[in-house]
Amino acid sequence: MIALIDYGAGNLTSVRKALSAIGAEVSVPGQPSDLENAMGVIVPGVGNFQATAGMNAAWRDAILDVVGRGRPMLGICLGLQWLFEGSKEAPDCQGLGLMTGQCDRLERGIEPVEGQAWPLKIPHVGWNALHFPRASRLFDGIEEGSQVYFTHSYAAPVTTDAVAVTTHGKPFASAVERGQVFGVQFHPEKSGDVGLRVLKNFLDAV
Amino acid sequence: MLSKRIIACLDVRNGAVVKGVHFEGLRNAGDPAELAARYNEEGIDEVVILDVTATIENRRALADTVAAVAKRIFIPLTVGGGIRSESDAAAAVDAGADKVSLNTAALTNPDLITTLAARYGSQAVIVAVDAKWEDGRAVVYVRSGQRGTQREAVEWAREAAARGAGEILLTSIDRDGTRKGFDCPLTAAVSKAVDIPVIASGGAGSLDHFSDVFIEGRADAALAASIFHFSEHSVKSLKALLRSRGIPVRL
Repeated sequence: MIALIDYGAGNLTSVRKALSAIGAEVSVPGQPSDLENAMGVIVPGVGNFQATAGMNAAWRDAILDVVGRGRPMLGICLGLQWLFEGSKEAPDCQGLGLMTGQCDRLERGIEPVEGQAWPLKIPHVGWNALHFPRASRLFDGIEEGSQVYFTHSYAAPVTTDAVAVTTHGKPFASAVERGQVFGVQFHPEKSGDVGLRVLKNFLDAV
Repeated sequence: MLSKRIIACLDVRNGAVVKGVHFEGLRNAGDPAELAARYNEEGIDEVVILDVTATIENRRALADTVAAVAKRIFIPLTVGGGIRSESDAAAAVDAGADKVSLNTAALTNPDLITTLAARYGSQAVIVAVDAKWEDGRAVVYVRSGQRGTQREAVEWAREAAARGAGEILLTSIDRDGTRKGFDCPLTAAVSKAVDIPVIASGGAGSLDHFSDVFIEGRADAALAASIFHFSEHSVKSLKALLRSRGIPVRL
């Protein structure tokens, strides 16, 4: 059983639907103690980093306990950012600190298309390419340069934990992996076949 | 590099796609789920379901349609047409929509934009702006293009973004259904004025029209209905053409 955490940041329908399409057994725990029997945990979420404050100390401890027992965890979008120490979006909210570094706002850049210079928009919304600095479990069987669906304004830094890097203004960590802890900035539940494969690769770690 | 998105719009009435649909090999060409799955295979980037009747009796049928489509495709799905309240939006989201598109209700009750953005995130809220040129001014229309307002398109798009909209779906009433091409000056004016993505709509008649709206119109995405329903132009050939012209797409 995979525990899908609902802390009020966005809706879980799409993630549930994608997971059940690939045959995962999912439950949404009502209280932290429900996590005791979880074989893995997924933290989805959209919106402001402040929303992670919806997870109080009891939830954090329960999630960290699952991770401490070697069970895999996947953070999606805001869930990836929460794996880090914090975010400039909400400096008062602490991240889980499972990954080193702070999340920061994407930079306004310029993109040359057809000889014109187009200012980049923020939020970064749409399909963009994944580049793999090294082999990973999360992207097993997925081609370099595959595109996935993003929608976010803040992003995590590229560190040694990054297993996928995407560029919008500047390069950011589009996926991270350390031991049994995984995170994706994009939405695998909205990224077609590539996204479903990423979810399946995570399930294989469970 | 961020790809320019190609979005297919399904105009739905009583659970069936209206407007001509000439795909070969579909069991039921008017079935939204079949059509959405076909577009998905061809590489469409998103799907919009537009309830063209938007009556109360139709709400149940719409929710069933959304659920049936959402079961088949794992790409962003937007629902629009007659969403007037938080509960209308909740019904669409619960059925499987990732985004809702507000039109008339956004103008008559702009607080709804903020309420929905707070509840679901800005990425889930699209504000649809229907505009028509009158004496050199892009006037915003509501009620499916039936009623003009005092608002101007660029100024209203800015306000919608400030109130929490995540994207603007900009339709040119002058071009809609004409197949003469998107309104590039209108699209560029709005796209330059806001930070959020602008989806251009209305007037797609040839593949060239799409590269025009991405280059001259500065659109972040382009939406069309009938051009894809008729197999004369596939999503794949459109994207191949765009890529050959240096426009980033997902192939």
